Amino acid sequence: MTASAHASEPAFRPTRPASMRRDRRRVLFWSYVFLIIFVIFFLTPPIYMLITSLKTSAEISAATNPWWVFAPTLQNYVELLTSPVYLTFFRNSAVVSVVVVIISILVSIPAAFSLSRMRFWGSTTLATGVFLTYLIPDTLLFIPMFKIFAYLHEVTGIEFINHWWVLIIIYPTLTIPFCTWIMIGYFSSIPKELDEAALMDGAGYLQTLTKIFIPVALPGIIAATIFAFTVSWAQFLYPLAFTTSADQLVLPVGIVTTLIKGDVFNWGQIMTGALLGAAPPLIIYAFLMDYYIAGLTAGATKG
Amino acid sequence: MMKKFLRRKSTIAFAMALPLLIIIASLVIYPAFYSMYLATLNKSMEHFVGLDNFVFLFKRETFWMVVKQSVIFAVSAVFFKALIGFFVAHFVHNVPSRGQRKWRGMLLVPWVIPPAMSTLAWLWLFDPSYSAFNWIFENIGLDGVNWLGNPYWARFAVILVNVWVGAPFFLIMYLAALKSVPEQLYEAASIDGASWWQKLWFITLPMMRNIIAITALFSLIVTFANFDIVRVLTNGGPVDQTHVFATWAFQLGIASSDIPLGACVSLFMLPILGFAAIFILRDITQRGNEA
Amino acid sequence: MAEVTLRQVTKNYDETPAVRGIDLDIADKEFVVLVGPSGCGKSTTLRMIAGLEDVTAGDILVGGTVVNDVPPKDRDIAMVFQNYALYPHMTVFENMSFGLRLKKVAKSEIRARVENAARILDISALLERKPKQLSGGQRQRVAMGRAIVRNPKVFLFDEPLSNLDAKLRVQMRIEIKRVHQKVRTTTIYVTHDQVEAMTLADRVVVMNDGLIEQVGAPNDLYHTPKTKFVAGFIGSPAMNFVPCKLEERAGGVHVRLDENIAFPVPSGREPRYRPHLHRSDLLFGLRPEHILERRSQLEPNLHAFESVLEVTEPMGMETLVYFLVNGREVCGRVNPKAGAQAGAPMKLVADLNNMHLIDDASGQVL
Repeated sequence: MTASAHASEPAFRPTRPASMRRDRRRVLFWSYVFLIIFVIFFLTPPIYMLITSLKTSAEISAATNPWWVFAPTLQNYVELLTSPVYLTFFRNSAVVSVVVVIISILVSIPAAFSLSRMRFWGSTTLATGVFLTYLIPDTLLFIPMFKIFAYLHEVTGIEFINHWWVLIIIYPTLTIPFCTWIMIGYFSSIPKELDEAALMDGAGYLQTLTKIFIPVALPGIIAATIFAFTVSWAQFLYPLAFTTSADQLVLPVGIVTTLIKGDVFNWGQIMTGALLGAAPPLIIYAFLMDYYIAGLTAGATKG
Repeated sequence: MMKKFLRRKSTIAFAMALPLLIIIASLVIYPAFYSMYLATLNKSMEHFVGLDNFVFLFKRETFWMVVKQSVIFAVSAVFFKALIGFFVAHFVHNVPSRGQRKWRGMLLVPWVIPPAMSTLAWLWLFDPSYSAFNWIFENIGLDGVNWLGNPYWARFAVILVNVWVGAPFFLIMYLAALKSVPEQLYEAASIDGASWWQKLWFITLPMMRNIIAITALFSLIVTFANFDIVRVLTNGGPVDQTHVFATWAFQLGIASSDIPLGACVSLFMLPILGFAAIFILRDITQRGNEA
Repeated sequence: MAEVTLRQVTKNYDETPAVRGIDLDIADKEFVVLVGPSGCGKSTTLRMIAGLEDVTAGDILVGGTVVNDVPPKDRDIAMVFQNYALYPHMTVFENMSFGLRLKKVAKSEIRARVENAARILDISALLERKPKQLSGGQRQRVAMGRAIVRNPKVFLFDEPLSNLDAKLRVQMRIEIKRVHQKVRTTTIYVTHDQVEAMTLADRVVVMNDGLIEQVGAPNDLYHTPKTKFVAGFIGSPAMNFVPCKLEERAGGVHVRLDENIAFPVPSGREPRYRPHLHRSDLLFGLRPEHILERRSQLEPNLHAFESVLEVTEPMGMETLVYFLVNGREVCGRVNPKAGAQAGAPMKLVADLNNMHLIDDASGQVL
């Protein structure tokens, strides 16, 4: 019965704080505690890079508190950003990365479209095969590639080794298989009815691709682009193996090899160089974090 | 006749996939096989010496050290990455969803920074004279650690940096998997009488079993073939104690210009990769059939 | 004894009230249905009884004990979820025995209880299958089996039939009633479907916007709704509401719907309605099943009238006819052979014994 039938009962008692709510709050408290601990763990190196980059050589060698800057200076930044050597590194990296991204996207989108949408004999095997080749690491391929380039040099006279543009040939092997894989995933999630509607409207396969799929799969394309750029920018092994002269180096290799001259390590500059080298991916990440993560969860395997 | 062939769907499809296939075939598959051929040549690459290079390696103590180090490195790194990723994913999942984004954002940073760059930071943090960590230790009365000079600490350092770089990846994957477990299952389990760890054991882990296996397998492959971190941090030192296959192959093949030997070393990664690839393949096809 | 009592139970999400202090007494072995539109608070109430939601204020008692702070597993309840919530990686047997396994009950006892429940629900053949191999109806049964096995004081059902197709829903409804008759456990059932409420419940609790509108046996709610909401919620097609006025005329109090239609109020009700003679916000309520085709004999309190039909819906066993009165669309249920035609006028009759007069401002039935 709706109306309170127990007239003799006292008015309702206010509830004690539910023990369940207390439990939940405890869980939340400890979650935050551990999250803070891990954030400290994960962010310490980059923050330390920043701190060191603002120090003068004098302050560093004076071995004062390494975690604090007493006389901050932008000297390191100025020196690097005006150094033609460093700027060459940056330029080489930028050009290589951008070109490789373009190549990757141009190759992987049609390939993904064909492998996911257009059933032809062996398409599923090919798709899995493409994915498996991604598992053949660069650390296996760099030696034969070195020999192949040397051989091509003898045959064609073109110098492959020690030129930064050789990287543009090599990097796509790292980016394309996975970009294709991401795109296959996105394309597969587009309902078949869209194809059929386009077909009824009179579109050919190329038109379906450009006018329907690409716009709808744009998030996937962005994710693939970001992935390709980040991988290209961060590459270390191939450029270390294939380029040696200072003007041919890309950023990661440049910083590691040239800024460490002999036994004298100018850590202020090294950290600045490293931080600036990490900047482009970090900036992209800051603005496009969700695409970044989307690319990751499509099955990424870096690390 | 020719025109019809060109316009056929399967032809167009094949043509669209062709650049991909050409690139893979010429720059991945061919070099992989070529490296097997290279491994059978002598140092100047003029004569065929069969399996001499392999035999030579088997007799060298450094080789076995590299094998041991590579395996320890890969297995322990993957284990800790998975563990950390799993736990931190839970913590992030517990936080109300509005706040999760910023935590996720901060925790993913190690993965975003190029490993070569962040390893430099760690190199500086481990510096024999100026280590910031040692500074803290000394200030609280402990001894400083010879991070990169002592072989055991060097191995620890290399694993630590790899875990630092790779754990965020596990975090993201596990977080996505955690979110995909329906909340009602946990509610039903509450009513059935499960405690928090029983829920973890009977519901969370079984539901996440697939993703745990696949990420671990992938990571095993990638970590096993890792180059950047070891190269920058220790370059295999001290005394070759932290060399993994990739860095040692580089040392022999490029730095010492013995290409066949280098190729030989790097080929030893293949069995492990093949082994892991089989499991991954089996899992993918299994999931494809289940779907 | 497994009676459930709610005393001034309130639930607020941040500042938004979801349940506003409701009181309810559910007797042992009773089948009570909480029914109402989406957002009325019925699911929230059920979840508070289950312990899946905290109670902001008020008390919930199961078997005489206050259970506000008691975790779900200790409340001796079992719940059947809308989406079944079966553990996908366990077999049917493991799903049903999960709770018992956690309590470390002896294996022989587990087997006995699971097989007993499976027999009641006719799923004995499915015990070794996994949920994904089962149909929707089978999964629902397994979910019920899981609840039965626990032998709880109270069964809680949270819209269990919403995910099934119409035909299956009817079958499962009968199943649930049959199981209740066999197992005789107090049951609290939540649904938005008033047909389920009417057919399953010993008593129906109609909720709206966090409050209980009315509690009563299905027939009571049907014949004597207390508020406009209940009157319009129970019964399908819904009750017709037409604005009206009361007039004093020669024969007594009359209800006037428009210029053409006016009729005397049934004699017994005159004293009840007379005080409201001059109100302007009255509604006349009559169910479609009480508007019929005119037959030759006119009994008392049957008012004959004629209207042009807008739409007819032949349902086979009857034909629904729609026409306008005072600008409002009114529905009637006539014999399919009565010759109803859209666009043509039809002679109809209204059974005023079942009329209701409603105060539109307060929503109360007068």
